[in-house]
Amino acid sequence: MNAALDFVAAIGRGVLGACLVTGRLALFGLNGLSHWVRPPFYGRMFLRALIEIGYFSLPVVALTAVFTGMVLALQSSTGLSRFAADSAVASLVVLSVTRELGPVLAGLMVAGRVGAAMAAEIGTMRVTDQIDALTTLSTNPMKYLVAPRLLAGLIALPLLVVIADILGVLGGFIIAILKLGFNSGIYLNNTLNFLETQDVVSGLAKAAVFGFLISLMGCYHGYNSRGGAQGVGAATTSAVVAASVLILAFDYVLTELFFAR
Amino acid sequence: MRDEARPANGSPAIAAVPKIRLRGLTKRFGDKLVLDGIDLDVMARTSMVVIGGSGSGKSVLLKCILGLIEPDAGSIEIDGQDVLKLDREAREAVRNRIGMLFQNGALFDSLPVWENVAFGLLARHKASRAEARARAIEVLAQVGLAASVGDLWPAELSGGMQKRVALARAIAAQPDILFFDEPTTGLDPIMGAVIDGLIVDCVKRLGSTAVAITHDMASARRIGDRAAMIHKGRIIWEGPATALMDSGNPVVDQFTHGRREGPIQMELRR
Ligand SMILES: Nc1ncnc2c1ncn2[C@@H]1O[C@H](COP(=O)(O)OP(=O)(O)O)[C@@H](O)[C@H]1O
Ligand SMILES: [Mg+2]
Repeated sequence: MNAALDFVAAIGRGVLGACLVTGRLALFGLNGLSHWVRPPFYGRMFLRALIEIGYFSLPVVALTAVFTGMVLALQSSTGLSRFAADSAVASLVVLSVTRELGPVLAGLMVAGRVGAAMAAEIGTMRVTDQIDALTTLSTNPMKYLVAPRLLAGLIALPLLVVIADILGVLGGFIIAILKLGFNSGIYLNNTLNFLETQDVVSGLAKAAVFGFLISLMGCYHGYNSRGGAQGVGAATTSAVVAASVLILAFDYVLTELFFAR
Repeated sequence: MRDEARPANGSPAIAAVPKIRLRGLTKRFGDKLVLDGIDLDVMARTSMVVIGGSGSGKSVLLKCILGLIEPDAGSIEIDGQDVLKLDREAREAVRNRIGMLFQNGALFDSLPVWENVAFGLLARHKASRAEARARAIEVLAQVGLAASVGDLWPAELSGGMQKRVALARAIAAQPDILFFDEPTTGLDPIMGAVIDGLIVDCVKRLGSTAVAITHDMASARRIGDRAAMIHKGRIIWEGPATALMDSGNPVVDQFTHGRREGPIQMELRR
């Protein structure tokens, strides 16, 4: 009897805790968003974040995309008859990359790179009183540190995913031509025939959401870190783990929204 | 430049109103009572030194006055006005009149030195970037730093230079009130004396009211007109800074003379 009650109590505490964190996160995110429309807007900080998130993530996202496209072509060609493979490989590569793997893998890679760096930078600013110093120098830290990063995440990730899409398809193309001996004209034709606008647009919309989530997690955990270097380390880990899990969860929700009939 | 921001200074009609007046200021974190009813007055154009053990809530006290931490109870009056009762904008206006030197400098390590110093001016749109830079170089000179230091990064500076830059940043907007949180901790005694000298100069030149926190008795006597000791969340002694070494209060005496035995029992693990 007691054990059962304890169990129920533990579940209750867990649910309450989750609600509390969700509420705090939502408030933090809304607070950050509200500064997009209230001047001043720190263009300098926005550009810095855009370069940090977008430009410096290019190599890792590009490599991920190329190899993913290559693997997809290789895997999908096995077990298919020559005739079926002709159209199946091209369509499978292009649809998987644009709808799913482009945004999700780019999201996860950027979460590891940028989410961690953001949490570490803002966390260090918190524990060394730099955030308090901003406030004493007439600068709202939510406006200066958080709002530009949220916007930069939202914009940078779709741009990265456009490139990831192209490189993913290119990776598949290379394997199909060089290793599987496909005709390049037919392969490209099949690729374009199967691709619809919605596939690309849904992927880019996902990317925008993922980018926002990555920045939100990096900023939130950094902003609320406590207790010196150890606290900053914990914030970094939390930011990456939370962003990765949220990306996968939101990927499901968004797919349901876009494609479920 | 900012004379309109300090009408009260030197005006005989309200000379008796303290610049800063704290009453019953209370703050707890969880079940730890850090400030337990602080009462303190700081008169205009004087310097108050606050001493007390590590973790006794000195930094929390300053952060409460700055509005960085919300106290649980009590009042904070600046020029006779209870800032806790003001709306957000009015509180921001009060905060703009206070310059703060943080315990470890808290310089922005992603910005060059000159932009650190000019940060408040740029944030308040008081100056273009070129003007702000010129002003930053001017203020750096006041704390004994060459113009070339302006282009360095905070991480490239020694501890003493970082403290000077932090001091320059605190005084750049010519604030009415200045707070110094352990300005000489971690510096060698000579550099400590140099920083103390700069602080005294700056406070005099600006005609500001100052509150400084320190552990260092030599520093306390150099900076302060008056001194107060915080212990167990309360102000247990207040008097002229010159009386620090022979205050007649056993707790203060133990602290200022650094005696191991006395009314303050250190919580040591055995
Ligand atoms: N934001 C905070 N959250 C929880 N506890 C805090 C916070 N800030 C300070 N404290 C606690 O308050 C006490 C006083 O801290 P502080 O004012 O920094 O001491 P000091 O007198 O050395 O400056 C310490 O025990 C510290 O752990
Ligand atoms: Mg302190």
